Amino acid sequence: MTDAALPTAPAVAGRSLWATALRRLMRNRAAMVSLVVLALYTLAGIVGPMVWPHDYATVYSNYVKVPASLTPYPRANTIVPGAERALARARVEVDTVDVAGETVTLGLTASREIDPRITRYLDRSDLFSNARIVETGDDGRSAVMEADIARLTFVFGTDSNGRDLAARILVSIRISLMIGALATGVALIIGVLYGATAGFLGGRIDGVMMRIVDVLYSLPFIFFVILLVVFFGRNVVLMFIAVGAVEWLDMARIVRGQTLSLRRREFVRAAEGLGVGPAAILRRHIIPNVLGPVIIFMTLLVPKVILLESFLSFLGLGVQEPLTSLGVLISEGARNMRNAPSMLIFPSLALTILLFALNFLGDGLRDALDPKDR
Amino acid sequence: MLRYAVRRLLGAIPTLFVIITLAFFLMRVAPGGPFDQERTLEPTVMANLNKAFHLDRPLYEQYAVYLGNLLRGDLGPSFVYRDFSVGELLGAGLPISMLLGACALLLALLVGGTLGIIAALKQNSTVDYLVIAVATFGITVPNFVVAPVLSLVFGVWLGILPAGGWEGAHPAYMLLPVITLALPQIAIVARLIRGAMLEALRSDHVRTARAYGLPARLVVIVHSLRGAALPVISYLGPAAAALLTGSVVVETIFGIPGIGRYFVQGALNRDYTLVMGTVVIVAVFVVLFNLAVDLLYAAIDPRVRYD
Repeated sequence: MTDAALPTAPAVAGRSLWATALRRLMRNRAAMVSLVVLALYTLAGIVGPMVWPHDYATVYSNYVKVPASLTPYPRANTIVPGAERALARARVEVDTVDVAGETVTLGLTASREIDPRITRYLDRSDLFSNARIVETGDDGRSAVMEADIARLTFVFGTDSNGRDLAARILVSIRISLMIGALATGVALIIGVLYGATAGFLGGRIDGVMMRIVDVLYSLPFIFFVILLVVFFGRNVVLMFIAVGAVEWLDMARIVRGQTLSLRRREFVRAAEGLGVGPAAILRRHIIPNVLGPVIIFMTLLVPKVILLESFLSFLGLGVQEPLTSLGVLISEGARNMRNAPSMLIFPSLALTILLFALNFLGDGLRDALDPKDR
Repeated sequence: MLRYAVRRLLGAIPTLFVIITLAFFLMRVAPGGPFDQERTLEPTVMANLNKAFHLDRPLYEQYAVYLGNLLRGDLGPSFVYRDFSVGELLGAGLPISMLLGACALLLALLVGGTLGIIAALKQNSTVDYLVIAVATFGITVPNFVVAPVLSLVFGVWLGILPAGGWEGAHPAYMLLPVITLALPQIAIVARLIRGAMLEALRSDHVRTARAYGLPARLVVIVHSLRGAALPVISYLGPAAAALLTGSVVVETIFGIPGIGRYFVQGALNRDYTLVMGTVVIVAVFVVLFNLAVDLLYAAIDPRVRYD
């Protein structure tokens, strides 16, 4: 048998580990749904606060704790008393109030001459806008005033200060996602560098580095976090860099374990035999091989960090007013649940759905990247 | 076994020492002090207060005094709750936290264990998927969502249970907090038991037991569950320590006078002795429960021997 007699094997297009993983992930319905949900959340977090009709910090003092509703406020039966209340301090008698479509017409009389600036009393109310005097009596003591009725919709209702809950949830989502990304990024960088160094150098240095991790591990975590808050004050960004700097411990352990086992593998030995330097081995062999577990751990770290942020905010240690976060909203909701249950329900739902999506995606990625570990 | 336990307890002393030392100095390095108020106190008053609580002495001296008192079981006076010693505060709160935690633990084992076993026995059935869904829910939804929602639904809307408060160990006041505490544990226990049972049911000794014709119930409970219990026990060690020492969220939302709140409050108020007391209690619980886990291991798995 000669070489020429061998049939030429058809070229098989090799599929890389990543392509296989992607295929597996695409087949996982829960993970794909989660991916869509997360994309929507990201979009809502980035664009939402910009395009939403209400600002998260605007206070509508006429609409405190209104329930969630799709029909715009004010309600028909509140317009007349609302107009009367708005003008209560204007020292005029409101004789007639007529509501016609989107405008309200008021007949006013007063004992003195009516100052045209009294339109401000109506404008200042959240119920009306563009108030104007259309007709003044001969003596100036009576007038007809018109104002547009300001139609405002609060789909999720408002909070105890009269701020739109939906706008606050949108801005919370932005904060949660930002913090999740930030803290996870910090944990990733420290953990991978530390773990890879310890695992790669091995020996006594590894021993010392891992003992340090063990000691940090044995401290109660929440104690650590509270101390960080105490140190950094209530500066959210700084604090979450610090939280990331605490969360790296697991990452370092995982990377170190992987690196240790990879280090004894033949291809690393072969590269060493060929005279490849440690930096090149790390870059070419170690890092690509630890990437799988690192990605899995990272996707599970993001919900953990978001949960932590919400928990701290719930305790009043995280984000401060007027900025807000899901944890703050839930804690306010818990305090007001008797008369405004929507304040508890909507933020809770928003957080729960986000956490579910992140967890399902994490599980899906784990199954896709590490099929042994099912 | 007894010698092993004693040796482990002695071995825990350095660990406790390191934790106490770290906590002591970290707490003191933090800016602020226990007597900081909105309105600053007169310097002489401040100096007198600091003197009364020995805060004017050098730090190492305070540390030595604290350690000495700790050895005699004296946790010192609270800086913020005047007229109370930390020992009194923890003594009043700990039984309540422990009671709730123990009930939650029991509930988690009973419900989570049952769910896990059923799911494993009927793998890939509707029941199995239902258990997995419940478990995912329990793990994902945080307790600071579960607690107010439960309180809202059962306490406010349905009005069948008190929305919060504490009237001694009255079952009605305990139910919602216990459920909140137990829910994530139920989920984790169910998951662990299910996974371990699936493995155990396929193992050789269970197949042998079946081949001998032993009744199915005996095979499941004695032969499979014994092996499946190991991962649950090693999870439950630290989890039990955390449960029994109280949860700040549950105690805040339901207004329960346990010790879970003291940790956060103490750290924020710079109530040094209170924080240290809580750290010591938690650390002791963790050490004890880890020891209990190791001893239980030996009791369940004859291959594990300590001498």
